[in-house]
Amino acid sequence: MKVHLKIKRFNPEKDSKSWWGEYDVNVDPTDRVLDALHLVKWYQDGTFNVRRSCAHGVCGSDAVRINGQNRLACKVLIQDIVKNDGDTITVEPILGLPVIKDLIVDMEPFFDHYKSVMPYFVNDEALPADGRERLQNIADRERYDQGTKCILCACCTTSCPSFWLNDDYVGPAAVVQAHRFIFDSRDRAAEERLKILNEQMGVWRCRTAFNCTNACPREIPVTQLIGEVKKALATGEIR
Amino acid sequence: MTKHHQFDAIIVGGGGAGLEAALHASKSANVAVVTKLYPTRSHTGTAQGGIAAALGNMEPDSWEWHMYDTVKGGDYLVDQDAAEILARDAIDAIIELEHMGLPFDRTPDGKIEQRRFGGHTANFGEKAVMRACKAADRTGHMILQTLYQQCIKNKVNFFNEYFVTDIIVEDNVCRGVVAINVADSEVHLFHAKAVLIASGGFGKMFKVTSNAHTLTGDPVAAYYRRGLPLEDMEFFQFHPTGIYKLGILLSEAARGEGAIFINDKGERFMERYMPTLKDLAPRDICSRCIYEEVRAGRGIGGKDYVYMDFRPGTINKFKSGPGGRDVTREHLEKALPDILEFARVYMGIDPMKDPVPIQPTAHYAMGGIPTDADGRALADNTNVVTGLYAAGECACVSVHGANRLGTNSLVDLVVFGRRGGKAMADFCKPAGFAPLPITAAADTIAEFDRIRAGRGSERAAAIRADLQNMMTNYVGVFRNGPDMQKAVEGVRELKARFKNIKTDDTGKIFNTDVLETFELGCLLDLAEVTAAAALRRTETRGGHAREDFQERDDANWLNHSMAYRADDKRDAAVTRCDIRFENKPVTITKFQPKERKY
Repeated sequence: MKVHLKIKRFNPEKDSKSWWGEYDVNVDPTDRVLDALHLVKWYQDGTFNVRRSCAHGVCGSDAVRINGQNRLACKVLIQDIVKNDGDTITVEPILGLPVIKDLIVDMEPFFDHYKSVMPYFVNDEALPADGRERLQNIADRERYDQGTKCILCACCTTSCPSFWLNDDYVGPAAVVQAHRFIFDSRDRAAEERLKILNEQMGVWRCRTAFNCTNACPREIPVTQLIGEVKKALATGEIR
Repeated sequence: MTKHHQFDAIIVGGGGAGLEAALHASKSANVAVVTKLYPTRSHTGTAQGGIAAALGNMEPDSWEWHMYDTVKGGDYLVDQDAAEILARDAIDAIIELEHMGLPFDRTPDGKIEQRRFGGHTANFGEKAVMRACKAADRTGHMILQTLYQQCIKNKVNFFNEYFVTDIIVEDNVCRGVVAINVADSEVHLFHAKAVLIASGGFGKMFKVTSNAHTLTGDPVAAYYRRGLPLEDMEFFQFHPTGIYKLGILLSEAARGEGAIFINDKGERFMERYMPTLKDLAPRDICSRCIYEEVRAGRGIGGKDYVYMDFRPGTINKFKSGPGGRDVTREHLEKALPDILEFARVYMGIDPMKDPVPIQPTAHYAMGGIPTDADGRALADNTNVVTGLYAAGECACVSVHGANRLGTNSLVDLVVFGRRGGKAMADFCKPAGFAPLPITAAADTIAEFDRIRAGRGSERAAAIRADLQNMMTNYVGVFRNGPDMQKAVEGVRELKARFKNIKTDDTGKIFNTDVLETFELGCLLDLAEVTAAAALRRTETRGGHAREDFQERDDANWLNHSMAYRADDKRDAAVTRCDIRFENKPVTITKFQPKERKY
């Protein structure tokens, strides 16, 4: 079938502002939006740019705004968003991060926020004397499972109205990453992370708009995890 | 303007092998990781089902059994000294990952939980054993995330989205690498005492593949272009369970949990071929059996695919669950969430209700840059390139021989990434910086100028599509002389077309038009070596199955192949010369080659 792609284009070497590129491509209904973008790049205009790698929703490279919603271009099928032959699909860069070129945004501010919440395991206690793994029961392992699914695609953070308003806010992805360690029974740095998230640009910037939960391609209940961090701060208890 | 950097050690690639090496090397050396992606985008993150180690948490197990399975799985082309290290070191390496916080699934008593996987057995082939440590079906994701997290903690330097184009080797001494900063196309020289290549695979030479778009083997091609050998390139693994037509992988963990193959007649056909392990036979065998069924007209609806059936009703009817126990839908949803979702999203099929159409998909390069067991890259059968290392899929130690066992890729990258990182740190302590040649970047600049100026008539995408079709059709699961001859000649024709390239983007900022064309050039070189090495090997062994030579031939072919460019040129461009082959002996220690049956 034929679809009409309307893609937000911007090349800082040539353009003073962004413009809409319009392209018709022939696709199968079961093709991914990423396949349609490739048809533009490979056979119509090689100057067009999008980041991508695995093409099946695991590496997190191709977060873009499709028909106004943050999605991974490789995880949306044409048939999921198009009804009729010739229908239009709009593709824009995710919002709130500086655009480098076309659909490519500067990910550094996103990763800086990520790094600010100590997104790594901390436990300096002596290792088990038998040289084996630290034990963790099934319920304790389950407690932080949701956050471990995060692929750092930035769909959540760049859908967040609080982040759009002030990009100093650490954003939902960073809170999810902090949650993954705060609620891990083996970790010993929860208090330090909570202190970071209690600061002005921390978790209290969240206004529970739920955009993040809707945007997450990994179906992580992001707003719920943020709520659990807020509760830990409010009650002083990590449960 | 070329920009200069100096580090004790440079690691090319930010996947599992690169990050393991970076973590260990950075304990004493000043290290930088140079990667064409953000590290968390690396393909290690797509590995699903598990990482093997004989922890024995579920049932008795031993590293000797793991070693034996690895050797037999590789159809005895495995170097057994390396396989012993793989199986022994796996235990420590996985415990170390747990100590870094990796969220492994747990047993009721809090230990790391393990599951069955193809070709992993107890007591030298007696029955399937639970050896694969896992985090649901996102084990690779958790390994990649955990290693990246620890690299942040340990303040490892990263150059993200820097594309390495060339390895600087002179007088058999590695001096650094050349890279292009994707953001602005500036050329950067990384001067180093030691370099470790961890660039992953190059499966994008095939049409139906589980590999990412970015898996084009650029530094492996650079190694070859610098006159250095590539080992065992004819051995490429076709994983039996790719989603039909798309090639997206559905993990072998599905069969570990009890899923089975079904043909058009509803038969569990693996019972006929491999009576002991059945659906848990190694991948090369399962892929061939699927196509045998298709050839016999028993593909689904007579077509070129079969079903993988995950439905609890089927698993319980055939008693194919772990230990013959019944499984529930709830358990499968918990154990295999991602692959169930892949089937739902990309096929519109709910595997709990309907069987899933699958076909073999190009998955893993057993061959690559030859190394010793400490990751040191080899210049020939015995001598190392001073200061140059490789680990992970791009390397050939060789622990996979003619066919890799499931989970052993993650074991390989963790074990040999770690050993390579330690070895390069030790090397860096006394070593100085060998001087950089003044013209180190000249070949890269020349090739990129040529591509950027391309005003010909050939689109890279069209050449790439032709390459992928040809390799899938002619150098696939079953191979024969005339077809592979067509592939070798065909790649050479594509190389001629590559001269006449058409480039749209002449800019500097994020010019992936030029980079994708350079990547295609790398694939053309690697595909040519793959096809030529496969044509040369007149036997059937592991993943290399020939219709015209159907038996394994230990008398003539129990050796590795080493492929060198045959001319004297050394540059960063696509080669236009013959390939010279040599043989390298296989190291055999504990297990004499036997017939391979399961």
